[in-house]
Amino acid sequence: MEIYLPIADLPVNVFVVFAMGLAVGFISGMFGIGGGFLMTPLLIFIGVSPAVAVATVSSHIAASSFSGALLYWRRRALDLALALMLLVGGLIGTGAGVWLFTQLRAIGQLDLVIALSYVILLGSVGGAMILESVRAIIRLQKGERVGARRPGSHTWLHGLPIKVRFKQSRLYVSVIPVWLIGGLMGFLGAIMGIGGGFILVPLLIYLVRVPTNVVIGTSMVLTLVTMASATVLHAATNHLVDAVLALILMVGGVTGAQFGAQSGQRMRSERLRLLLGLLVFSVGLRFAVNLFLPPGEVYSFRLLVGER
Amino acid sequence: MRRAVSFAVLLLLLATSVSRAMADERLVVSLSTQRVLINSVFSGAELVLFGAIERDGTAPERRFGYDIAAIISGPRQSLLTLRKEQVAGIWVNVESRTFVNVPSYLAIFSNRPFDQITNPEALRRLQIGFDNTILRQRIGPDVADVVREDTFRQAFLRLKVERRLYLESAREVTFLAPTLFRASVLLPAEAPVGSYSVDVMLFADGALITRTTSAFEILKVGFERFVVTAAREYGLLYGIFTAMTALSTGWFASIIFRRD
Repeated sequence: MEIYLPIADLPVNVFVVFAMGLAVGFISGMFGIGGGFLMTPLLIFIGVSPAVAVATVSSHIAASSFSGALLYWRRRALDLALALMLLVGGLIGTGAGVWLFTQLRAIGQLDLVIALSYVILLGSVGGAMILESVRAIIRLQKGERVGARRPGSHTWLHGLPIKVRFKQSRLYVSVIPVWLIGGLMGFLGAIMGIGGGFILVPLLIYLVRVPTNVVIGTSMVLTLVTMASATVLHAATNHLVDAVLALILMVGGVTGAQFGAQSGQRMRSERLRLLLGLLVFSVGLRFAVNLFLPPGEVYSFRLLVGER
Repeated sequence: MRRAVSFAVLLLLLATSVSRAMADERLVVSLSTQRVLINSVFSGAELVLFGAIERDGTAPERRFGYDIAAIISGPRQSLLTLRKEQVAGIWVNVESRTFVNVPSYLAIFSNRPFDQITNPEALRRLQIGFDNTILRQRIGPDVADVVREDTFRQAFLRLKVERRLYLESAREVTFLAPTLFRASVLLPAEAPVGSYSVDVMLFADGALITRTTSAFEILKVGFERFVVTAAREYGLLYGIFTAMTALSTGWFASIIFRRD
C-alpha cells in the first residue's frame, strides 16, 4: 500500500516503512539503544532526503526511548537526578546542533558532515566495542574471572569542582563532566539523527562510574528529552519533520522493541556487546565506502528555500 | 516596368497579410483535468492534452500538413547545484551554482524532430528544446544563461531528466486526424504543487501560425494539505504535537506489552 508523505514529498510503501520500524525497534529493544544510527541511513536509502530523515527520526527515537524509560522507571532502575543534570547539557547541545544543522544546510555541506560523523563515530565506537567484547569472551573461555569494577574508584574527573551527590547511583561527582557528556549527546543527536545511547552508556560507565543497573534507564531519559526537543526544534526552524512518516516508524518501532527486549535478555551480555559492536561498525563502514568510492553522479541539486 | 513590379510585390504582400489575418487557423486545446490533486495515495499522474486545428474556409492549403510543439512548464524555483570532487581521498561538494527561477517541471513535446518543424532561429526564440530553454545561473553578481556545453547546465538537465521532471520528446504529440492531435503529460510524484502553464504552438511550412496557452494546477488536498500547512505555518505547535504523539505512542506500547 503506497502512501504519499506530505513533507518528504514522495510516495512510500507503508509496509516497507513499518517493517523498517519493526526491525530497528527489535534491535533497539535488544541492545537498549535508540536505533537512530540504523534508521536514519535506512530512510536515506529509500529516498527520503537526509535532512528530513534526521529531523523525523528524532521523534521515532523519542517514542521508543519513552516506552523503554517507563519500563526502567517501574523497576526503579534509573537515576532521575543524574538524568536531569545530563539534560542541562543535553538541551544546550541540542540547540547548538540544530543551529549548526541549519548553517550546514545553507552552505551545502550537511550531507558530508552527516556522513563523516557516522564514519568517525560509528567506526571508532563500534571498533572499541568489538575489541572489548572479544577480550571479555576470550577471558571467560579461559575461565578467568572478570574483575568487578569498584563503584568508588576515582579518576581525574572526580577531582573537578561543583560536586553533586546522586543518591540512586551512589555517586558524589562533579557535574562538569556530566554536563559535557549531556551536551555532546544532544549535539550529536540533532546533527546525526541518533539518540547516542550506544555512546552515552559506555561514557557513563567508564568515565563517571555510574553503576550498570541504572545506566540504561538514565540514558533513555536523556535520549527521550533531547530527541523530543530536537523534534520540536527541527519542526520550528527547518519545517522538516514528516509526521506521517514518524507515526508509521513509531508504531513499528515500539512494537519491535518489545520483542527485541525479550530476545536480548536471553543472550549473554558480552555476546550482545559484540553483536552491537559489529552492527555499529558495519554501518560506519558503509558510510566510509560511500565517501571514498567515486560516486556514480558527481552532481546533485537541492531546492533553495526562501529564494525566488 | 519597375514600378509595375514593385506594385505587384506590394499587392502580393498585402494579399498575404490579409489572408493571414482573415484565414488564420485557430487552435483549440483542452486538458483532461485542470486540477491534479495530491492526496495520501498520490503516486504521480497522467494528463492528456487534446487539441484541434480549426480551419477557416479561406485558410490556405498546407502542403506539408501541420506541426505541433507544446511546452508544459511548472512553477519556478531556484536550485543549488553542487559538484563533488575528491579532496584528501573523500568526495566532497567543492563547487556550486545557483539556477535562478527555472521551471521545476518542464516538458517539451512535438510530433516530429524540432529541427524539421522550423528554423533554428525560431526554435531559439520559442525556447523549443532543452538546448533553447533559458536556464539562468547566478554567476558572481550577474544572472545569465550560459553556453549549452556548460557542465553545470548539462548536469542540471541530466538530473532533472533522471527524476522525470524534465522531458523532451519529438514523438509525444500524435495526430489522430490531419487537424486533431493529442499528447499525454506524465507528472511524477515529485512534481511540485503550484500552477503549470501549457503553451501549444501550431506550425505549418516551417512557420509559427498561432499559439494558445492553457494551465492546470497541482495541489495538495485533505490531510496532506493540512499537514503541510501545519508544518509550514505553525512549526512550533506542529513539533510539539509530533513530540506528544511520540510520547503517547511510547506510553501506549508500554501499557499494551506490560507483563509485570
